[in-house]
Amino acid sequence: MPLSFWIKKSASWLEQRIDLSALKEVITHKTVPQHKHSLWYYMGGMTLFLFFVQVVTGILLLLYYRPSAEAAYESIQFIMTEVKFGWLVRSIHSWSANLMIFFAFLHLFSVFLLKSYRQPRELTWVSGVLLFFLALGFGFSGYLLPWNKLAYFATKVGTEIAGAVPFIGTFVMKFLRGGEDVSGATLTRFFGFHVAVLPMLTTAFLTIHLLLVQKQGMSCPIGVSQNPNQKVIPFFPNFLLRDLLGWVVALGILVFLASVFPWELGEKADPFSPAPAGIKPEWYFVFMFQTLKFIPAKVLFVDGEILGILAFTVLGMLLLFVPFLDKRSARQLRTPILSAVGLFAIIYILALTLAGYLMK
Amino acid sequence: MRIRLTLFLIFSLAIGLSAAGSDLSRNSCIQCHQTLDEKHIAIVNDYKSDIHFLRGIGCQGCHGGDARVGFAEGDPSISMDPAQGYLGAPQPQQIPRFCGKCHSDVEYMKKYNPGLRVDQEQQYRTSQHAKLLAKADTNVATCISCHGVHGILPVSDTRSPVHKLNIPKTCARCHSDATLMSGYRIPTDQFELYQKSVHGVLLLEKKDRSAPTCADCHGNHGATPPGLVTVSQVCGECHASNRDLFNESPHKAAFTELELPECETCHGNHEVAKTSDEFLGVGEKSLCLECHSDPHSRAYQVAEGTKATLDSLKAEIDKANKLVAQAERAGLDIAAAKFDLKFASDAVIKIQSLSHAASLEMVQEEAGPGMFKAQLVEKKAKEALKDARVRQYGLAGSGVIIIILAILLFLKTKEIDRQTGR
Amino acid sequence: MNQTQKPEELSRRHFLDRLLEGGFLALLAAIIYPIIRFIIPPQVPEASTNRVVAANLSELPVNSGKIFRFGDKPGIVLRTAEGQFKAFSAICTHLDCTVQYRSDLKHIWCACHNGHYDLNGKNVTGPPPRPLEEYQVYIRGEDVIVSKT
Repeated sequence: MPLSFWIKKSASWLEQRIDLSALKEVITHKTVPQHKHSLWYYMGGMTLFLFFVQVVTGILLLLYYRPSAEAAYESIQFIMTEVKFGWLVRSIHSWSANLMIFFAFLHLFSVFLLKSYRQPRELTWVSGVLLFFLALGFGFSGYLLPWNKLAYFATKVGTEIAGAVPFIGTFVMKFLRGGEDVSGATLTRFFGFHVAVLPMLTTAFLTIHLLLVQKQGMSCPIGVSQNPNQKVIPFFPNFLLRDLLGWVVALGILVFLASVFPWELGEKADPFSPAPAGIKPEWYFVFMFQTLKFIPAKVLFVDGEILGILAFTVLGMLLLFVPFLDKRSARQLRTPILSAVGLFAIIYILALTLAGYLMK
Repeated sequence: MRIRLTLFLIFSLAIGLSAAGSDLSRNSCIQCHQTLDEKHIAIVNDYKSDIHFLRGIGCQGCHGGDARVGFAEGDPSISMDPAQGYLGAPQPQQIPRFCGKCHSDVEYMKKYNPGLRVDQEQQYRTSQHAKLLAKADTNVATCISCHGVHGILPVSDTRSPVHKLNIPKTCARCHSDATLMSGYRIPTDQFELYQKSVHGVLLLEKKDRSAPTCADCHGNHGATPPGLVTVSQVCGECHASNRDLFNESPHKAAFTELELPECETCHGNHEVAKTSDEFLGVGEKSLCLECHSDPHSRAYQVAEGTKATLDSLKAEIDKANKLVAQAERAGLDIAAAKFDLKFASDAVIKIQSLSHAASLEMVQEEAGPGMFKAQLVEKKAKEALKDARVRQYGLAGSGVIIIILAILLFLKTKEIDRQTGR
Repeated sequence: MNQTQKPEELSRRHFLDRLLEGGFLALLAAIIYPIIRFIIPPQVPEASTNRVVAANLSELPVNSGKIFRFGDKPGIVLRTAEGQFKAFSAICTHLDCTVQYRSDLKHIWCACHNGHYDLNGKNVTGPPPRPLEEYQVYIRGEDVIVSKT
């Protein structure tokens, strides 16, 4: 019996009990515009798929992981050597994390450059930027969990930078670290953030984000949306099939990466040994880290590091409120200046990330 | 009844009198001397921390005289009275007997500390110091030179000049003084050399009491430099394995014949340096080459072979360690291999000791299993790393499924597009 | 739409659909199989860093000792002449050689430089500067279990 037969049967059974008309509406009538920028429509779905991969592999890892300084490293070693396919689950989790954040960047920048955030999609943008911050939070908290040397020192440096913020910095640092220094308390706390707090917040904002996208449909770029004879394809099954193709390819790439380039475990963290040379945060933080390194120690009368942190905080706030700052695009007018800013941001991030890796 | 009462009175008087002597607050020597000049006050103050004082022995215990009288009467001569046994301050030659009159008396010392030795004076008489003292040389050490005089502390007290940790400095007070030692035919650099030695660093810097001091090798009361035959026996008290190996080796007979001071020949006496594997073999720092420079001699070959065996074992262990570290970084469970490698490292340490036997056979016998273990560990590490790579190929099957599925999806997409007229 | 298609196209479409379904099922199996194997607990349920089965009772007659593996380091478990079980780290505190039990001396000895430890792990003679770390021993059935805590 074909799959479609079973799907139809289940659907009619449900319909006798719940009103599925909204769902049917989406399936039969939702369309997606087709134009030269349509490729970017798939970025969000890809990020979502990779997030699901994280949830599944994350829950599996939870069955064996131990969030204490004494046992964390060994438990991951155990997963990688004793648990069947443990190495695969763990390596996929690590690779998918990075891929997810990479696609989140792509999704953010493509939406920004295409001005899809303009009215009526402001809330979609705000929830999206918050989801982006949450993704970075996932990355930062998850990185510490193996409790290896690199993670320990990267966390030390990262939380120290957070501590440099004036007024609230010390409090934030102690809150993050669970004490004065990075210790087992930090590990337990980060674990709590990573498996409970952040998932809860992400679920909330993701629900809002997806509902909005479904309700409002896909946005068209400014020049294109003027066209009344805009070519569209049905969401179901055409767009979805393309989505699926992308996800299957992504899965294949993950499996390849996990097997051919397994994620290393490194050496167990030792708080009393000196920091290894060239401590760097994960790649998605490198551009900020490198910026702080380039800023001179003192700018006029202000401490350079604090200036850098404040600058990034302000930029983060601006990012959140972009739709409310850019009123022109709401009127379907092009905003080349903003596009230039966006392109500059991309180039800046790429350049400084490169600098962070090439310079010792 | 009367007799009993009399006896009781005499008894309590005796106790009272002796108590007066040992109740040191009413000791007239102390009472008087602490009112005199600085020098005498200092003596009284020093004595208050003296072990003899704390055991209830007053000044009269050593110097004689009557400590019950003299102060109240204001007349020292009735206290410092030779008829009452007053000896005054002794001359250097008199000191050993002065202390020995109690410390060599078994019955007397038993009352205070049955565990203490009572042969110090006897030992001292055999020492070089005593021999010179008998010839009226008053420069030499007597009891008070090392133990102090009025503020004597027990040996176990870390402040005592004869506490283990302080002995080298105490001996050095005289023996490093070039002016004082100028008449004698011995060097004055022993302490300086000792400070640089393994034993010196261990004792003086790490405060490890298991390290030997001057007294452990030279004796304390009977201090005399060890004669030739006794050197290896002295070192061998701690370094027993090496002594035994040496005694079994061809060097024992040879060194005896050549009148060489055994251990000291290669390791020095005061400046015993940290050993290095470079002492072995036939390289620059080799000690063997000092005698065995002929490359055709059996000894040269043994030296060369020992070093070569040791070096190759160390190299193998190093190789294994690197592989184990690599596997560990990859998260592989390599604990069993690391454990095995320990036995190879044990072999290195054993060989370093075995070198004293000057036997290539013994060294190779030890190195064999060690080498084998190291190679086994390498094999295990390589296998573990390979396992990690086998997984890649195992995933080929899933890769194929995914590629096929992707192609199928692509075809289906095209078909649906065609169908829906897009 | 379907009515305008030729029979060959129809059968080709069905073939493609069947293949697609089959492909997805295969992928699902390829995902579910490792997950199931993952969830089933492995033979050794946890890493042996704090507690390990050091020996079998039959391997430890009275007045004997055995070297066992504790993680990546050697430990020594012994049964004294009085029948008491004891366990220590087997790493000599002098230069890290592996110690052993001497049934003639009835205590622990290091062959490298003649270090001796008593049955409390205390270094009694020879170069070792510190005692051996002592571990807890439990007997469970036939197993002699050594634990670090």
